[in-house]
Amino acid sequence: MSGAPGRGFDRRLVARALRESLVRLAPWKLVDAPVLLVTWCSAAAATLLACVPSWNGRAEPPWFVVALAALLWLTLWFATASEALAEGRGRAHAEALRAGRRSQQAVRLRRAGTPDGRGDGEGDGARDGAPLPSHDAPGETIPATELAVGDLYVVRAGEVVPADGDAVAGIASVDESAVTGESAPVIREAGGDRSAVTGGTRLLSDWLVVRVTAPAGGGFLERMIALVEGATRQRTPNEIALSLLLTALTLLFVVVVATVRPFSRDDAAWSGGEPLGFATLLALLVCLIPTTIGGLLPAIGIAGIDRLHRHHVIARSGRAVEAAGDVDVLLLDKTGTITFGNRAASEFLPAPGVAPAELAEAAQLASLGDETPEGRSIVVLAKEKFGLRGRALEAQAQVVPFTAQTRMSGLDLGARRVRKGAPSAIAAFVRERGGAVADAVARDVERIGREGATPLLVAEGGRVLGAIRLRDVVKGGLRERFAELRRMGIRTIMITGDAATTAAAIAAEAGVDEFRAEARPETKLALVRELQAGGRLVAMTGDGTNDAPALAQADVALAMQSGTQAAKEAGNMVDLESNPTKLIEIVAIGKQLLMTRGALTTFSLANDVAKYFAILPAAFLAGHPEFAALDVMQLGSPTRAILAAVLFNALILAALVPVALRGVAYHALPAALLLRRHLLRWGVGGLLAPFAGIKLLELALRGLGVP
Amino acid sequence: MGEAFEFRHAIEFVLLLLLVLAAAWPLGSAAARLLAPAAGPRPPVWRAPFAALAAALERPLGAAATQPMGWGAYARALLLFNAIGLVATFALQRAQGFLPFNPRGLPAVRWDTALCTAVSFVTNTNWQSYSGEVALSHLVQAGALCVQNFLSAATGIAAMAALARGLAGRGGEALGNAWSDLIAITVRLLLPLALALALLLVACGVPQTGRATLEATPLDRSAATAQSIALGPVASQVAIKQLGTNGGGFFNANSAHPLENPTPLSNLLEGVALLALPAGLVLAFGRLAGDRRHGRALLATMVLLFVPAALALVAAESHLPPPLALHGISAADGALEGKEVRFGAFESAWWGAATTAASNGSVNAMHDSFTPQGGLVALVLMQLGEVVFGGVGSGVYGMVLFVLVAVFVAALMVGRTPEYLGKKVEAHEMRLACVGLLAPALAVLLGTAVAAACPFGRASVANPEAHGFSELLYAFSSAANNNGSAFAGLAADQPAWNLLLALAMAIGRYAVLLPVLALAGSFASKRPAPPGPGTLPTHGALFVALLAAVVVLLGALTFVPALLLGPGVDHFALASEGVR
Repeated sequence: MSGAPGRGFDRRLVARALRESLVRLAPWKLVDAPVLLVTWCSAAAATLLACVPSWNGRAEPPWFVVALAALLWLTLWFATASEALAEGRGRAHAEALRAGRRSQQAVRLRRAGTPDGRGDGEGDGARDGAPLPSHDAPGETIPATELAVGDLYVVRAGEVVPADGDAVAGIASVDESAVTGESAPVIREAGGDRSAVTGGTRLLSDWLVVRVTAPAGGGFLERMIALVEGATRQRTPNEIALSLLLTALTLLFVVVVATVRPFSRDDAAWSGGEPLGFATLLALLVCLIPTTIGGLLPAIGIAGIDRLHRHHVIARSGRAVEAAGDVDVLLLDKTGTITFGNRAASEFLPAPGVAPAELAEAAQLASLGDETPEGRSIVVLAKEKFGLRGRALEAQAQVVPFTAQTRMSGLDLGARRVRKGAPSAIAAFVRERGGAVADAVARDVERIGREGATPLLVAEGGRVLGAIRLRDVVKGGLRERFAELRRMGIRTIMITGDAATTAAAIAAEAGVDEFRAEARPETKLALVRELQAGGRLVAMTGDGTNDAPALAQADVALAMQSGTQAAKEAGNMVDLESNPTKLIEIVAIGKQLLMTRGALTTFSLANDVAKYFAILPAAFLAGHPEFAALDVMQLGSPTRAILAAVLFNALILAALVPVALRGVAYHALPAALLLRRHLLRWGVGGLLAPFAGIKLLELALRGLGVP
Repeated sequence: MGEAFEFRHAIEFVLLLLLVLAAAWPLGSAAARLLAPAAGPRPPVWRAPFAALAAALERPLGAAATQPMGWGAYARALLLFNAIGLVATFALQRAQGFLPFNPRGLPAVRWDTALCTAVSFVTNTNWQSYSGEVALSHLVQAGALCVQNFLSAATGIAAMAALARGLAGRGGEALGNAWSDLIAITVRLLLPLALALALLLVACGVPQTGRATLEATPLDRSAATAQSIALGPVASQVAIKQLGTNGGGFFNANSAHPLENPTPLSNLLEGVALLALPAGLVLAFGRLAGDRRHGRALLATMVLLFVPAALALVAAESHLPPPLALHGISAADGALEGKEVRFGAFESAWWGAATTAASNGSVNAMHDSFTPQGGLVALVLMQLGEVVFGGVGSGVYGMVLFVLVAVFVAALMVGRTPEYLGKKVEAHEMRLACVGLLAPALAVLLGTAVAAACPFGRASVANPEAHGFSELLYAFSSAANNNGSAFAGLAADQPAWNLLLALAMAIGRYAVLLPVLALAGSFASKRPAPPGPGTLPTHGALFVALLAAVVVLLGALTFVPALLLGPGVDHFALASEGVR
């Protein structure tokens, strides 16, 4: 989880939320939240009693009724402010970014659609024919809003990225805190998985040349702004079920408090005391109904969605976020999710009669001009295995870049023609020069392919020097994350088109629980259905049109922003960063959302015990002085005891707003351990904390001279 | 624990618990086998006549007794069954003057009393505002009340079975067949048990006769010339009233009466019978729902709640209340007022706890005379919703409502949307659970408030001050939770009381039973999710502690103000009287 988002509370934001929430105090805005509606009615009734003291049956001091009414309104205000604050944080976040966008300039290097520019926003530019414009080429300075998809722009240290796009040249450290809230800088570089840059983020060092991928107004920020501002919030199924429980408890306590009045009248009839005053009953009611969770419930939901946004994920519905917490099985594509999309060279297989070092040297030469991760991995492997240094390109060397037509790349060094590429392309290349592919090499190629790796051939002139095995590279840190998921009871299944032996090797390396090898596009859908039939909730990611049926079937379906429209339509979440591994974070966010609800509900209910101990002995004290024995907090005066309890109730709500917005501390543990931890913290804590809190507040009131 | 508590009592208490659990085990598996028939070893020969009787009863019903029912049909069948029972019980009481087996020639029972009694026996409450031996003919006792003792118990067990089947269901609708369940439970489970217990009681000296009275000449001739001792078919009724958590005694004095409960052995037998079947059905629920560990966890929760409550009641009654000590009464026997001297404080106290924990309501001492703390424990055990063992069947399904609240909150705390035994708990289930949980509690509070506020309420209590309030609270706590025991001291045989209590009993029974059946239907239609390390365990010590905490917390939050003004004030008043 990103710990950083929203840790700090902007004072202005809080002030604004407090201001805005005043409007939400209107009772018709509280109909959806019976807990708050009852609080409103109690506050209104207390105000009425304060205005017309003669209506109050019992001679409660007028100042007490006034103070009580004020505290009840304060409770309600805090409750509504928490929701306003949650909404305001997302909105402020979006607004701040939008404000920065308006006046922003961009340095355009090349317009989309010009002969050597490309309009599709794909590819990394290194392999196609047109060389990239240099980053220090003179560009035209234009407003950021005029950038179109496919344009190339340059952004340098200290500047703000003007539009979403893919870095095509350069490497830079980027501060993405404006979008993600993470203050640690991240590296963005051309090619590979870390090439996506987001408009509104800021470069801290170096430079990047970026090809625009989102039209003006269609970038992540704009989408988020639209989402935060436009969508009316729908309550999620679990939120509705929890509200029902809270409503039932509220109804119960309304009856409990309403019946205390005739009970105490019956008691007063013979004991010579007086029946409980209306103001005291209102105080008791508001203390007993679950105002803490009732008030914070909407804020918890909004904050959960907000956390998703900060991870650059847009959810179609809150329902999907809740479902994420329930997920039993993650279906993960091998390529791009478990392994990097690019493969790395792992082995040189020389042809008969060729020295391994000779093959390595030729392969390295052929890759010197190749800036793709695969090309670089060949240079690195040659260096590691044979001590061959990656040399700088000599002046007379002529780089032959990769093209889709030739499907090979290499180097012309004087008379030497060194090439590497797809086996069929190299075979054609050597045939032209009178050579042939040796049987042993052909067998190697076939074997590499069968094992799920990618074979490349290396040739010099008409001679095939041997094959290179390109192997999948498992992403770092996944093993630990899968182990974490396993502890939480979530199974991971890797899906790959590879042969079983390769798949098994990668599955073992990545630490997934299961794998399905030789999968075809329809395998995913069948697997999702099969798992669901066994009662499992399935989460998956996908980007291809092939994935759409399975995405539509899965319970949590994360589509990649880079994927096809069909996939995005079928999924219930879209990752704007197109990072499939993020599914793991989404599960954590879903769980954290539910945990926060559970923890605060438990806390809220456990609090009631201490409030009874504070209020009841004090309230009955007039008729029954012997109840002083039950006054375990030694509160002494009924007025102080009741005010302290009500004040505690209001303050604890405000104090828990950060927990509601941030979520409770999240740990990947088995259910039984999590339950014990949360029961101790929020259940037992909720039982004991108010005893201390109410006592302290009572001491404070005593200090202030409240009788 | 108090002056009257001796070491042998501790042994006896442990022995009692062990006997209950030892009986619960086979009872639970027998009930589960009966309600989920599976091919197994041949049943013993003695079962054959009961099976034949059940088959004979099912035959005329034809297809109606075999078709699987959805929750709606199942609920309609149980309601129809209870409605027939209600009308029959009411009519027999009203017509007893014209009917045979009325050796004392008793006239018709007054309409409001007859209605209250009919509701009371149909709802498995067995609140008695009449005096059995002076108001009812043998026909009514044996033909209406004793029959209803079986049938109301069967209704609760059938509903429990339906809920368990719903939870075990794999996406269908069917909950079983209500008629076949009712017949099987009555004839093949309750009848053999009651027969065996009745025979044992007869062996202890409990009468079972058609004679109305026995004329006896007392040895102490100064007291009276002759006594007329009421008799009748006592053993049969006592057996089923103990087994089926009914509690309606043949005599007004219930199991304190020497002819209902003559010896220490009969006391032990009746006490074990009182708890064994409700406890056994908890285990049966676990088996039927497909999770035995869960059944054991529910039973453990009940034991966990029962033991401290029973010990508290024993401790309270083992002390002599301070004011009495001032009068020079020996403290050695504890608080003996209202207790049978032949039983003493300990036997009366644990029985008091057992009969209020299970929704039985038979008594062997007068609860009105319990010390305030003792009365408090009895009140609390009922107010928790009769889920500490509770009624046969109804104790389990009542507890399941608490389980739903517990798993709802707890599952959230482990980051899952709530589920129970693999079935998702959503808004619909929560709504039903809340109705079932709230209805009896609200009926107790509102009923007591009406009685406390209206003149008829205060006018009918025997004791002034806080103790009088406790009597009102006790009446509604007992009625709305279908316990049926009385605090006595309340002149409840008047139309206002009879009608109010009948209403409370009906709410306490059907506002729980119907939501439970709806829950069963809803769960049945859901596909189960297999458990994994990420699912909340519904067994084990943590779950037991959590469930017990939820039961106590909800009960306490609802009733603390009322309890404070009743037994609370009473206690302090008594204590201060002692000081003065």
